[in-house]
Order: sequence, then structure tokens, then C-alpha cells
Amino acid sequence: MLEKLNEIEQEALASLAVIEDEAALEAWRVANLGRSSPAMNVFSQMGTLSKEERPLVGQRANQVKVALEKAFAEKLEAVKQAALAKSLATEQLDVTLPGRPAPRGRLHPATQNLRRVLDILAEMGFQVYTARDVESDEYNFQLLNIPPHHPAREMQDTFYVESAQKEGSYSVVMRTHTSPGQIRAMREFSATNPQNPPPIRIALPGMCYRFEQITARSEVQFNQVEGLVVGESITFGDLKGTLSDFARRMFGQHARTRFRSDHFPFTEPSAEMDMECFVCGGKGCPVCKKSGWLEILGCGMVHPTVLQNGGYDPRRYSGFAFGMGPERQIMLRHKINDIRYFWGNDIRFLEQF
Amino acid sequence: MKLPISWLKDFVDLKDLTVIDIADKLTMGGMEVEDIRFAGLPLPERDDHGFKVNGIAWDRDKIVVAEITAVNPHPNADRLTLCELFDGQIHHTVLTGAPNLYPFKGLGQLEKPIKVAYAKEGATLYDGHAEGLVLATLKRTKIRGVESYSMVCSEKELGISEEHEGVIFLDDDAVAGTPLVDYMGDAVLEVKINPNMARNTSILGLAREVAALTGRALKKPVYENQVKGESIEGRIKIEIGNPALNPRFTIGLIRNVEIKPSPYWVQRRLRMIGMRAISNIVDATNYTMFELGEPLHAFDYNVLAARVAGPSAPVVISTRTAQPGEKLTTLDGQERTLSDSNVLVCDSAGALSLAGIMGGAESEVSPKTTDILLEAAAWNFINIRKTANQHNLPSEASYRFSRGVHPGLCLEGLKRCLYWMAQWSGGQVAPGIIDEYPLPPKQAVIEIRASDIRRALGIEIALNEAKSLLERLEFECELVNNELRIIAPPIRMDIGEGVVGVADIMEEIARIYGYERIPETRMADPLPPQRGNPALEREERVRDILASLGMQEIITHRFTSPEIENRLLPKNAAVPPIDYVRLANPIAPEKRVLRRSLLASVLNVVERNARLSESLSLFELGSVFVPSDELLPREPRRLAFAITGKRFESAWDTRIGVKVDFYDLKGLVEGLLDALHLEVSYAPAVHPSFHPGKCAAIIANGASLGVFGELHPLVQENYDFVSPVLAADLDLEAILPLLPALGHPVRPVSEFPPVLEDIAVIVEESLPADRVEALIRQTGGKTLASVRLFDVFRSEQIGAGKKSLAYALTYQSFDGTLTDKDAAGIRTRIIRRLENELDAKLRS
Repeated sequence: MLEKLNEIEQEALASLAVIEDEAALEAWRVANLGRSSPAMNVFSQMGTLSKEERPLVGQRANQVKVALEKAFAEKLEAVKQAALAKSLATEQLDVTLPGRPAPRGRLHPATQNLRRVLDILAEMGFQVYTARDVESDEYNFQLLNIPPHHPAREMQDTFYVESAQKEGSYSVVMRTHTSPGQIRAMREFSATNPQNPPPIRIALPGMCYRFEQITARSEVQFNQVEGLVVGESITFGDLKGTLSDFARRMFGQHARTRFRSDHFPFTEPSAEMDMECFVCGGKGCPVCKKSGWLEILGCGMVHPTVLQNGGYDPRRYSGFAFGMGPERQIMLRHKINDIRYFWGNDIRFLEQF
Repeated sequence: MKLPISWLKDFVDLKDLTVIDIADKLTMGGMEVEDIRFAGLPLPERDDHGFKVNGIAWDRDKIVVAEITAVNPHPNADRLTLCELFDGQIHHTVLTGAPNLYPFKGLGQLEKPIKVAYAKEGATLYDGHAEGLVLATLKRTKIRGVESYSMVCSEKELGISEEHEGVIFLDDDAVAGTPLVDYMGDAVLEVKINPNMARNTSILGLAREVAALTGRALKKPVYENQVKGESIEGRIKIEIGNPALNPRFTIGLIRNVEIKPSPYWVQRRLRMIGMRAISNIVDATNYTMFELGEPLHAFDYNVLAARVAGPSAPVVISTRTAQPGEKLTTLDGQERTLSDSNVLVCDSAGALSLAGIMGGAESEVSPKTTDILLEAAAWNFINIRKTANQHNLPSEASYRFSRGVHPGLCLEGLKRCLYWMAQWSGGQVAPGIIDEYPLPPKQAVIEIRASDIRRALGIEIALNEAKSLLERLEFECELVNNELRIIAPPIRMDIGEGVVGVADIMEEIARIYGYERIPETRMADPLPPQRGNPALEREERVRDILASLGMQEIITHRFTSPEIENRLLPKNAAVPPIDYVRLANPIAPEKRVLRRSLLASVLNVVERNARLSESLSLFELGSVFVPSDELLPREPRRLAFAITGKRFESAWDTRIGVKVDFYDLKGLVEGLLDALHLEVSYAPAVHPSFHPGKCAAIIANGASLGVFGELHPLVQENYDFVSPVLAADLDLEAILPLLPALGHPVRPVSEFPPVLEDIAVIVEESLPADRVEALIRQTGGKTLASVRLFDVFRSEQIGAGKKSLAYALTYQSFDGTLTDKDAAGIRTRIIRRLENELDAKLRS
């Protein structure tokens, strides 16, 4: 019997050695460790053995069973390892195939940049004030120190709205700039305390309109963001400092600015803020039209007449205002040379933002 | 305004300043130099100067003054001549084809040599015969058997003007051998003149600025008119009709002029500044206008004198407004019909000129003219502006007058012009000047203190320094104690008084001091009260939600046409009368009104992109414009969106062709309103733009927030769509105020395990699903944590006119773990009420 057990063990181990896959291994387990396997049969035949033989055979049978189970476990692990190694070696995806598209929404590039400008201004203490698109001639021009027939009106080609005429000209216009909002804001705030109006620090975003043909370089509508500060100790130095800070936030800490004299009827002194061209670093390139500078915004100290019209006494209050074109900033940044893309809404343009 | 550097040099010493330095000073000082055209002077060596530059430099050695001593015929060509020429060192024979040398051909040795601009072999010039400006280098060649290696130049070849018909005849003062660049090398700055700087539409004006900005002296013209003959006092009279329109009128006279071309240097300057040279007399008026800024007008005096009443009667020049319908033939030959706001200069016989804009043909200077009556007058700039626009007559004179020319300039302009006329025509200036000046403008007087400068500019500038800055611009200043008393010079109309005057003066101080020298500071003023902009914040939130739902924002033109918006109505449907806000001056018929529908804008964009993408999901948020009884229209805010095309984007292994339908759109509507935490209900709606069976209204508190659905098939036909379009048109004015101000309530989350269960009921087809769900929720109460419809099913087995609705229910308690018995109890109550109240049958 002991010899038979040796045989059983040797045969089983020999047949296990050649097994390579899990199915054959399972068959081997049934054949060699199952209820009716030769090794298990030895246990069921114990009754037929003599008293002396029984412990010896029993011990040996247990040894064989443990040995086969151990061998099986080792083999199982080896087969699994081999299968894993094989699958790792053979299952190769083409990782360059495109992924399945996930739907993605986007804001219009003009909105994206408008938010960026307003966010920076908000951190600098400018709150957003919104005003209407269709304006009276009075708010768009006269209260901003641009009387009828003034040469400054030629700087802003105007869309007129069919309305009651005053002295032969229309009294309602599409706002040519966001500046009428300055008057609306000042009047609203000064009305809260006419003797002691509160200081102002606001940003005025909005669509503006100019009577032009629509070409690659000119549009009938464009966004403008204007800033207005009014207080009791606001100086031209503050204007320069605030706007240079803004430029560095908007275009990077290295942004260099310069302020040169310019003219707007509603500010005095007036200035144009240029920024050293970020494409060529000031050497001159097509983006800056070889000038080395980019016109970023117009600005100036609020004209006393405008303060007065807003309910702020110019002898006590001073302020500055500035205006910029967010779409122009996008065009400069992304080297876009056709302004019609913005309101054309071609999906192939919009999807790039 | 074009500024030739050579002309600028008449009035300010430019030693040690490059052309770029001057351009830079002007630009920083508020007179932006838009480009620089070189005509002779060396171009800047480096590129990083910040200006657009073009033109040509003249080589000192290769382009020089020379003199032609004889003009001989060419042996083989009639149209060519051979010039004997001396370049200061060597005699040459030079071949030319210049027509203006023909008259000298064959005259032998010329009595007076002709001074010319001479280019030697190797010189770089513009090709005089090429279209446009093409640079070419002069090479040795043979023309019709005669060797040629150099040339006599035209203005075009030197980059001075477009003139290339003949060669330049220089004035007598040119010395052979002088490098041409030293004699007349130049550069022209194109200077942008802002409306507040009308005083600088002249060389002297810009010279004053250059002098002030560089701290140099302004050299004003020094000259004296020699007068001769009978005085004009008493012989000429002026009658001004309305001083408000014509504050000043001055007249001078010059006799015995010879009409002929001006000296070459005058012609060259005029052409460089953009004016044609015509004759010495006309050129003198133009030259003086550019030099000093005062437009002038020359009349043929003898024409006027011949029309007076009698031999001893004076010539009476009067100004008045025209009779409505009165006619005048201006010197461009056009007969113009005038209106009663147009001002005329007249004599006793009738109208002579359209004041300040254009002369009349009758009294025009002709080649036979000998005596000139010269006008220098001042006009109301708004009136001139209107008249010039009315007759579409932009001219150099009206350009200046319509921006404001100070009446103080009249006399100086008149005298200077008479001087130039005498110089260039040999005429004699008559003694006496007639000057009617009924309305001198008040010169502004401003007083400032050092604190005003500190307050406006944030820097300390002592009053005596401010005084010297202002004096450079010819302000009259007096420092008394701690105050600077300033009087504006009689050339400026842009300086006010009081607080405005102080601001005007601050600008001048800052400009001349230099903006770049004012240090940057941070505001010390207190931060204003914080108010925020809740309406805008809510709108921005809507934008963010829609983008998170996969939609693309668009922004469209506010201008449209009723026809474009009427595409929202079914084809052939009657168009209801809708009032629009209309533009008085639209750029195109399809952009003549302000939009009333955002949906129309969005659908236009869907159409434009229909073939560019297999699916589209677009939204726009913005104002529409509604006429009102007030002066200004209402501008309510709206939101529209549209989807079309495939529900899922194709990938390389999935091609699901399912197209979006009503419920995709409703999912977006719900997604938006859920994210805004709005409680709404939906009801079938009727709207002309939508399919009658596939349109819903969003209802809150009994009011509609907007409609959405599938576009009506007859509306779809109005567009070039590829797939059916589903769209929503929402009223933000109604939606945004409903948003919770502080925050929506958040439900607690139970810690106990849920019991999940499905029930399916069969109901009448006509029963809206939301009634079933509402009843389930109501019955389930607090324990019913969620209800989700997961299947809608119809079949013969269920029966015609019936549908099966299957719901996944979640029961959950906050007090403990629910037993099956608890759940069964709720379920039984739900089923019983569905059966009793909605005639539903449980589907087994």
C-alpha cells in the first residue's frame, strides 16, 4: 500500500508538471484530488488494512495529499502568472486612436475675455455697472461735453434711431461708447446723497455701435469696457498707476506701458495708454504695425463738465475714466486679423476657444 | 496734417534732433505721427523707433545740384536731348527726355544755366516711368547709340511727389556741386490733429509745439511789407451782417501783380504738404494758410471795381446769409442752390463767394488779373461745418474753419500773404488794411495755485516752473503771491475759464512737462460702498449652466430686418403688425431695425452652421428692443437656444444615428431650471413658431417663463436646415427675479438603507405623465425619497389608447431601517389611489 501511494504521488506530480492552462489544471485537480481520485480512494480503503498498517498508511496518505495540494497551489499560481503575462504581452491597444467625444459647451470668446477684464477690475475694486444700448443724444454726447455739431462728433460715426427730431437731428442714438453709463451711474449715486455723494469705482461693459461698413477691420458693433473712478483725492498719477497695474495683470507682469497725450471731449488731461508689443517685444512687427507699441486703452481725468453733469462738484471731486475694446485684445492675443469672426458665429471659429 | 521737416526748420532750430526725435515728441505730446515719408534725409539706422517709415534717402555724393549750360538735340531721336551739364567738379553730357527741356534745345550756350537735381552712376532713385514706387539703381547703358550713365531728376524719381513729366528746375540759389540732401533733403510727418488742436493745422502751430516740447525758442516770421501807391482807406468798405457768424473781416490790396508760377521751393513745399501748385497768387494764399493756419481768399479787384455804382464809389464787401434758393456758381464750375444758413461774401452787385468754403467763379483770379483784393476773415465754425457738409465741399479752408480758426489770426495771415504775393509776383502792396472786428472773442483768464497741480496731477510743480512751461505755448502768465494768473493766447479757442479752464491748463502743463515724468501711484481714496450687480451675476450663472450642459454661446448682430425675423412664422402665414425700433441710417436693408427676437438670431446661426457640424447646440443671451411710449425703447433680456442633429457625436466605432427630439430639448430646459433651483411645471402650449403637438410652456406661479419645442414644419421650411430643429425662447426678465436670493433649501441625506421597488401602471394615453408622478409623490409622502420614470410602453396587449408607465421608487426613512412590510403598506396606498383617482391599472 505504501508503494502504491508512492506510485500515486509520482504519477500525479509527473502529470502536473506538463500542465499549462487552467482548464487542464482543474481536470488534474478532479482526477488527483477529487473524491474518487486514487489518493482519496486510499482513505476509503483504510478499513481493509491491518491495525499495524493503518497508522503508517494513513500518515503516508496524508503526506501525499498535502504534497499534491501544495503542488497544485503552486502550479495554479504559476499558470495564472503565465496567463497574466501572456495577456499583458498580447493585449495592446492603439492608444493613438481618438477617444469618444464628450460633449463640451463653451462661452463665446468675447464673453470669456470680457469676464477676464471684469474679474481683474473687480479685484482692483471696480464693481460692474450696466446701462442701456439705445441712448439719447443727450446722454451719449451732450452731457459728455460733446455739443451738437461739435468736431468731436466726427470721431464717432453714429447710428441714429428714428425718433423725434430736435433741430433737424435725431435725439436717439445707438450708444457709440459706454460713456453715457458714466452719467447714469454718477446721477444714480449722487442722488443717494446730493450734498455728499459717495465715491465711485465702477466698470461699465457693453455693446457699442458705430456707423461703419462691416469689413475685416471694422464692425458695426463691438464691446467696450469702461472704468470710472471718482473721489476726493484722485490724481493723474493714480490713473497711470491703476492702469499700468491693470495692464500687468491682463498681459503679464513684464508688460511695459506708456502714456501719451490724446484728446477725448469727456476727459482732460486725456491720454492713450500703449503697451509694448508682446509679439515682438517692441522691435516692430505686423501685429503692432511696426510701431513696437499696441494701443490698449484711452483714458483721462474726468472733465469738470462731466462731473458737474453727474452731480459731483468738480471743485471737490476729481476722477479718471478709461475705455478699452475686449475684442481687440483677443485679436492681438490670438493674431486674428478679421473682426467679422466675432459676430459671424462660425462654429469652426467658436470651437477654438 | 503733413509736416515737412524743411518747413518746420523755418520756425524752430532742429539742431541735434533726428526726424524720429521730432516724431516722438509730437506723438507723446498728443499729435500722433502716423507715418514718416523720407524724401532725401537719411532714414533711421535702427528699426525699433516705433514709427511707420517709407521713402528714400539721397546719397550725398551721387545726387547733387548741377547746372545745364546747353541743351543739344540727340542725333538719332527727336524726343531726347543731350544736355551739357556741370556737377560742380566735372562736365558731363547727359541724355534726357524731359519735355520741359525742349524749349532750350538748340539755343546753344545758355545765357543763364538751368539749375537741376543731378543723379550720378550708382545712385538709387525711384523709377520715374514705373507704376507706383519702384526703386532702381542708375547703371551705365546706351540709349539710341549714345552712352548714358547719369540723369537729371524729376520729383517722382527723388520721392518728392508724383510729378514725372519734366525735370525739376531749381531756384537760382542752388549751387552746383552741393549735395542735394543739403539743399532740399526732407522728410514729411503725417500728423494726426485732434479736434482740440485746431490751432496746429499749420506749420507755425506745430513748430510752436515742437519748440515747447523740446524747450527751444520759437522763431516767428520776421518780415516787412513795403507799401506803395494810393491807400485803400475809404476805397474799400466792409459791412458785416451778423457778427455771430462773421466776427471779423479784413481786406488788403496788392497791385500790378504778374501771374506766373511760384518759385520752385514754394511749389515743392506745397506738393509735399499735399497741395497742387497753381500760380504765384493762388499759391501764396495756400502757402500762407499752411504756414500760419489762416485760410485766405483772393479776388480779382478789377472785376469788383468795375461793378461799383460810380467811379468814385468805394467797393463795398458785405457778408450776409443767403436767400433760400439763391444760386451761386462756385469756382469748381458748379451752380449751387443755397439755404438761409449759408453765409455769403458779396459786393454791391451780388454774391462773390461761399464764405470760408469756396470762391465764386466770377471774381476768380485769372491769368490776366493785375490787382488782388485779399480777404482774411473769421467765421462761426459750426455754421461752416454745416454748410460744408450740406454742399459736400470739403476743402483745406473749410477743414480749418470748421474746427475753429481764432479771429486773431486774420491780420497776421493777411499781411503775410500780401508779403508772399509781393515777393513772388513783383506786385506792390497798397497802403492800408481794412479791418472790421465787431466780435473779438474773450480771451480766457485762469488763476491756478500749486495745490491745483498737486490735486490734478499728483506731483509738485512750482508755479514759476508752470509759468515757464505755459509761456512756451505763448500763454501770458503773471505770478502774484501764490497764484498764477494766466491769459490764453489769441490763437486758442479751446481754453475755458473757471474749473474747466483749470483742467485745460492742467492738460497743457502735463503735456509740456511730459506725461512720462509723472510717477505712477496707487489710489489713496477710500473704496466706495460695495453694491455688486446681482442681475448680471444671475445672467452669468445662466451662461455657465448652459455651457456646462454642453451648449455653445453665440453673440449676434443686434441689427436685423422684419423679413429675417418673420421667418419665425409658418410659410405663408399672415404677418402680424409688429413695431420695431428703426435705424435712421442703416448700413444695409437687412440691418435696418433692432431685433425683437433672440430666437430668430439663434436660428440664423443654426442655419449658417447646419452643414458644418453633425450636431449643434447653441444659445444666446441678450437684449431685444421694444418700442415704448417713452423716448427710449425697452430693452428686455431674453435667452434663446436651439439644438439639432445627432444626439450623440459619432466616434470611430460608434455611429448612432439617433437625432435629437423634444425630450433632449426638455432635458436641457430642466437642466437649466434645476440648476437655478426653480420650481416650475410644463403645459402644452400653442405658439406659431412651434409644432402644435410638440410645444410646451414653462409655468411658474401661474405665469409663463417661456416656450420650447420642435419648430413648426412650415417654419423649418423657411430655413436651410439639415435636421429638425428644437428651440427654446425664454424670458429672463421673468426667470431671474424668481431665483432664490440667499440659497435654495437642501434636503438632509438619510443614514438608513433604502428599499427599492418598481411599479408599472396602465393609464389612458391622454393622461399627462406628470399627474401620475404627482399623485405617487403626494401619497408616498416623506418616506418616498425619489420617483423616476424609467419606461413608457405601448402594445396591443395593453390595449389601444393606453400606455404603461413604469416607475422606480425609493423608500427611505430618517427614523430607522424600513421593513418590507412598511414598504408594502406605502405601495398599497399608492396603487389604490392611482386606481381610484386616475383609473390606472397595475401591470403585473
